[in-house]
Amino acid sequence: VARGLLRHAVPILFAGLCLFGIIVAKITPPFLMSEMLVRMSRNSVLVLSLLIPILAGLGLNFGIVIGAMAGQIGAILIVHWGIPGIGGFALAWIIATPIAIVLGIATGSLFNRAKGREMVSGLIAGFFANGLYQLLFLFAVGSIIPFHSASMILPQGYGLRNTVDLNTIQYAIDGLIPLRFQMQGVEIRVPIVSYVIIVAFCLVTLWFFRTRLGQQFRAMGQDPHVAAIAGIAVERNRIVATVLSTVLAAWGQLLFLQNIGTLNTYSSHEQVGMFAIAALLVSGATVSRATVGQALLGTVLFHTLFVVSPLAGKALAGDAQIGEYFRVFVAYAVITVALVLHAWQFTRAAHEARKATR
Amino acid sequence: MAKPGIRMPGFLREFGIPRLLIAVFLVVLFAVAVATHMDLRGLISDSIVRVGRNGILVLALLPAIQGGIGLNFGLPLGIICGLVGAVISLNAGVHGIAGVGMAVGIGVALAIPVGAGYGWLLNRTRGQEMMVGTYLGFAIVSMMSVFWLLAPFKNPTLVWAIGGRGLRTTLSLGGIYDKVLDRWLTFTVSGVRVPGGTLFVFGALCFLVWLFFRTRMGITIAAARSSTRFARAAGISDERTRVQATVLSTVLAAIGIVVFSQSYGFVQLYTAPLLMAFPAIACILIGGASVTRATIGHVLVGTFLFQSILTVALPVTSQVIQGDISETARLIIQNGMILYALTRIGRT
Repeated sequence: VARGLLRHAVPILFAGLCLFGIIVAKITPPFLMSEMLVRMSRNSVLVLSLLIPILAGLGLNFGIVIGAMAGQIGAILIVHWGIPGIGGFALAWIIATPIAIVLGIATGSLFNRAKGREMVSGLIAGFFANGLYQLLFLFAVGSIIPFHSASMILPQGYGLRNTVDLNTIQYAIDGLIPLRFQMQGVEIRVPIVSYVIIVAFCLVTLWFFRTRLGQQFRAMGQDPHVAAIAGIAVERNRIVATVLSTVLAAWGQLLFLQNIGTLNTYSSHEQVGMFAIAALLVSGATVSRATVGQALLGTVLFHTLFVVSPLAGKALAGDAQIGEYFRVFVAYAVITVALVLHAWQFTRAAHEARKATR
Repeated sequence: MAKPGIRMPGFLREFGIPRLLIAVFLVVLFAVAVATHMDLRGLISDSIVRVGRNGILVLALLPAIQGGIGLNFGLPLGIICGLVGAVISLNAGVHGIAGVGMAVGIGVALAIPVGAGYGWLLNRTRGQEMMVGTYLGFAIVSMMSVFWLLAPFKNPTLVWAIGGRGLRTTLSLGGIYDKVLDRWLTFTVSGVRVPGGTLFVFGALCFLVWLFFRTRMGITIAAARSSTRFARAAGISDERTRVQATVLSTVLAAIGIVVFSQSYGFVQLYTAPLLMAFPAIACILIGGASVTRATIGHVLVGTFLFQSILTVALPVTSQVIQGDISETARLIIQNGMILYALTRIGRT
């Protein structure tokens, strides 16, 4: 029992933290439930998009930010063309997919040139892509690229406004089959179709793990050298893994946006990577091992803390700002600890191996 | 990937295409500035001010690279130490050079144990130093954000006017030690104002670091990096030298942020230090450093090139197009340069 507790120390600790916050801030179950239902439907696909690169031994894909940008390009275009509802949303997915594939190939090739440093390269690649994204939407749109919709363009005549109103596609998926009920006076909405999509993605991911390609990924993750000798096209497969992750992130970001209903043109994508990664790690997943179950559990735990901590900060110290800073700290700290543990085990394993062969 | 395809002249390949592009970009910016009759003297003066302001933070990366840690993305750790020193000195109300001295003193005193702990951790996470450094920095900066809110500072010029608790996001140094080093030894060469004091401090620290890498300790640090096995055979523990290099890097970062703040005129708290490592890293890389080798020359050239671009880009581009493209250009240049360096490790 003691060993089991130790192995699940991270999620248990986190659940304890959430529970403490819930008690301190006197949060009622209906409120928490309605918040969590919404947040799960928003974020699960983004967290799921991290799993395949982990399987293939690429570590945490900080490059999903790039996929999120592809999704946003799709959203911006359908708003520009004025295509509403489910049709607009579907078109946004269709537009985002090829963009995400191209960007995924680029990111994957970058990872192949920076083996062993995929995570830091992915992080920096996200920042770099953000620069290009700004160049595109802040300067090129409306000046070089013809773009005529006065409501979206800044008064100077080019460049997109800071926010794009997505109310034409808001709840396009969530509200497809509306279900709402009252619970202790709080209205709870259940976005059924979004959950169907999330479950579908979970099943597809599970199925993928069992396919031939999935098994090759697993072999690569365990030992790329052995995998290469066994005839697996490691470099090509690493690119495929990155592409799959990027495309899934693009779709996930669109699902996220259709729930939120507004796009912060220049900042919606920035923290996608950090929050998704922190959510995954909270469940006890590691840089080299993560399951679908962990992705879902982590999303629940992390977003509970996200809801709870500003309220707890307010209840404890009379200042919601403390809770805001605290949850950011927790996100970063969780990632740091996971990275340290991973690298620590890696160096120790290398040390043991050296000793064994001596 | 550099299969025989296009053969470039040797010197060009060593210089690297990104650096060439950046140099060309800077020349173009200056050409536009001349063509549109802009105040060249002002631009050059601003560039020099910013070199002095940022130089020590760039210099702080050098010991880490020479010590085999690579790019020290954990720079915010040292920066935080310096900020704590600055806030304590401000809270005590020490003015002028003495205030800067006190801030630096406290900052360095904190940075030594922090750097040692950070170095110890990096020894246990070999191969992932950059990632661990980045996220440790992020985590500490956000933890300190909570600290700044709760810290027991009472000086009314520092805390929020409403509520009387929690430090302000930016603390003005006006009348305390705003630009004391910049003004000290300041002089003018044909219309270009030069902040002598800050440059003198930067130069002196460069010289000291140069000197340090010629002492016994410095040579051991560099030797342990370039050939770990030989160093071990010679009785040098590379674990020790890596910790020493990290401490030196963290200490320099603490000094660097104090000098930065006095030149800038404000102490920036909360999330301000979060991304400070990235432009500094871009500077040293643009100067010609790699993840495994850096010199004082790289620090000087890189700081001058990158900071000049940042200074000149805003006024020049705003003449051609409306709007501020300099921030976007900074993102692309800075991160493009870091990416380029990351893909170059392990090849010459």
